[in-house]
Amino acid sequence: MLAHLPVLPIIVPLLAAPLCVLLRQRRLVLGLALAVCWATFIMTLMLLRRVLAEGTQTYELGGWLPPWGIEYRIDTLSAFVLLIVSGIGATVLTYAPRSVECEIRRDQHYLFYTAYLLCLTGLLGIVITGDLFNLFVFLEISSLSSYALISLGAQQTRKALTAAFQYLVMGTIGATFILIGIGLMYQMTGTLNMADMAARLNTTGGPRTVLVAFAFLTVGISLKMALFPLHSWLPGAYTFAPSVVTAFLAATATKVSFYVLVRFIFTIFKPSFAFEVLPLDIELMVLSLIGIFVASTVAIFQTNIKRMLAYSSIAQVGYMVLAISFASVTGLTAGIVHLMNHALIKGGLFLAMGCFALRLGSTELADMRGIGRRMPATMFAWVLGGLGLIGVPLTAGFVSKWYLITAALERGWWQVAVLLLISSLLAAIYVWRVVEVAYFQSPAEEHADVQEAPALMLIPTYALIGASIVFGLWTSFSAGVAHEAAQRLLEITP
Amino acid sequence: MNQVLGLYNYWVVICLMMIGFYVVIAGGNLIKKVIGLSIFQVSVFLLYITMGKVEGGTTPIKPAKNFYTGEDFTVFSNPLPSVLMLTAIVVGVATTALALALIVRIHEAYGTIEEDEILAADQESPC
Repeated sequence: MLAHLPVLPIIVPLLAAPLCVLLRQRRLVLGLALAVCWATFIMTLMLLRRVLAEGTQTYELGGWLPPWGIEYRIDTLSAFVLLIVSGIGATVLTYAPRSVECEIRRDQHYLFYTAYLLCLTGLLGIVITGDLFNLFVFLEISSLSSYALISLGAQQTRKALTAAFQYLVMGTIGATFILIGIGLMYQMTGTLNMADMAARLNTTGGPRTVLVAFAFLTVGISLKMALFPLHSWLPGAYTFAPSVVTAFLAATATKVSFYVLVRFIFTIFKPSFAFEVLPLDIELMVLSLIGIFVASTVAIFQTNIKRMLAYSSIAQVGYMVLAISFASVTGLTAGIVHLMNHALIKGGLFLAMGCFALRLGSTELADMRGIGRRMPATMFAWVLGGLGLIGVPLTAGFVSKWYLITAALERGWWQVAVLLLISSLLAAIYVWRVVEVAYFQSPAEEHADVQEAPALMLIPTYALIGASIVFGLWTSFSAGVAHEAAQRLLEITP
Repeated sequence: MNQVLGLYNYWVVICLMMIGFYVVIAGGNLIKKVIGLSIFQVSVFLLYITMGKVEGGTTPIKPAKNFYTGEDFTVFSNPLPSVLMLTAIVVGVATTALALALIVRIHEAYGTIEEDEILAADQESPC
């Protein structure tokens, strides 16, 4: 059984998904989905322990030897991202029942859990696989199920349908770009195995086909990751999706796409090609900085808080991509640490928004007047998350910002470091707007009987927000693993 | 000349790709967008199948004898890209099905599938 550990986080949720459709009965499906999600979390925890102790784990699917067969390959980075995705997946699903009850039609519940498990399978699969075509297939599994999940928001507002359709069009274009890139790479190397391709790929002189493949892959992944200016699908999708779906996707989907970008640049193409032959570092630096400033500024003017947080997500993706552009161990560590910290912070914030949506039936800023008095526990969680977004010391956000600024100074880009500090002020403005409305305005009359959110929803919210505080104080795990992953990626022996 | 005729398939791929992409961007009707998306995806199938084909090559199945002349085949095409495309076709079908299902729901909710009319309806009423 333990020999098959690397494949289990994929097999278990994948098999459980059709089982959910067969069971149909709401409670049974919920129980199964919960058991599967937590089991997956424990399996990824064991995987990370094993990877840290024994080094990279490989698994040949069906016993076919690589490079012919599909190989699952888990190094420190994959194990770390796997743990984050499955951990968020399990926590959000624990939170889900009450929120789903309120926001999704009863006869569609089993379909929600099915799509959720499929989406989890796809996201974990992208991270676990060592085969490029397999990566595309998992990408589509996660994308297709997330379009369906977003469209479930139609019970609340019909705009969810158009948002899902727009995401579908953009997402398919992105995935097809990635497919074109993979095809051209196959043409040049004759292999689909990532490690094998990295060994065979000859980038001297920058062959035209490799350049084109790299361009298609970068644009395709950036589309899925919502890197500015390819972010147009994200605000709509995050605003109109059910609260649970928003929390899950915001915390995992863009992070996994970021992982794919790191994988392509550092494992397959190598930094020497991306940053020395091509000026990708400058391009990513400029785009991510514009993204951070534009998205943060737009966030300040939003009247819907879910939409505000969605724009803030675009800015946070900018931070992660900026980290890649430093092309150093510190930079990469910053990116990987921020991947985790932002997943926890934004996941927690969107879960808190779900509590508000449940009790107020709205996520508009105007409806949150004085809510700090009616729902103190939820609002306190929101504020802690908001502080993390700004990067206040003692929160996880501070750790990411610290590494980012250190990396910027190491590279000698002090202007970037200054811009990073200024961008934190923008985050402070949009977080403050909500705090001001929630604490310093008197509660609305119609919300006089609003109660605190149920404990079953508060506990997962505090689990994520609490984790973001814990990893702000205790950095040896998150930053330690991220540092080791960065060293492995850049092939520097520790 | 060789650039044009020798790469005939690739020119077709590029034309289809651009036609599909243009329709996705410019089409105002949601169904037309889905058609464009499908054409865009199909062009990639053709790209893969083209790269696997070896001129004069046959299917790599043993015994490789010509049924009519009894000669042994020596040149084989690469079957892998075609097999990959079987999966990609499934993905394409799933995407199209999901898109069409969404369009049905959009038509129910808005009474139209023209993008500008949907946009106008969204601006008029907030929900």
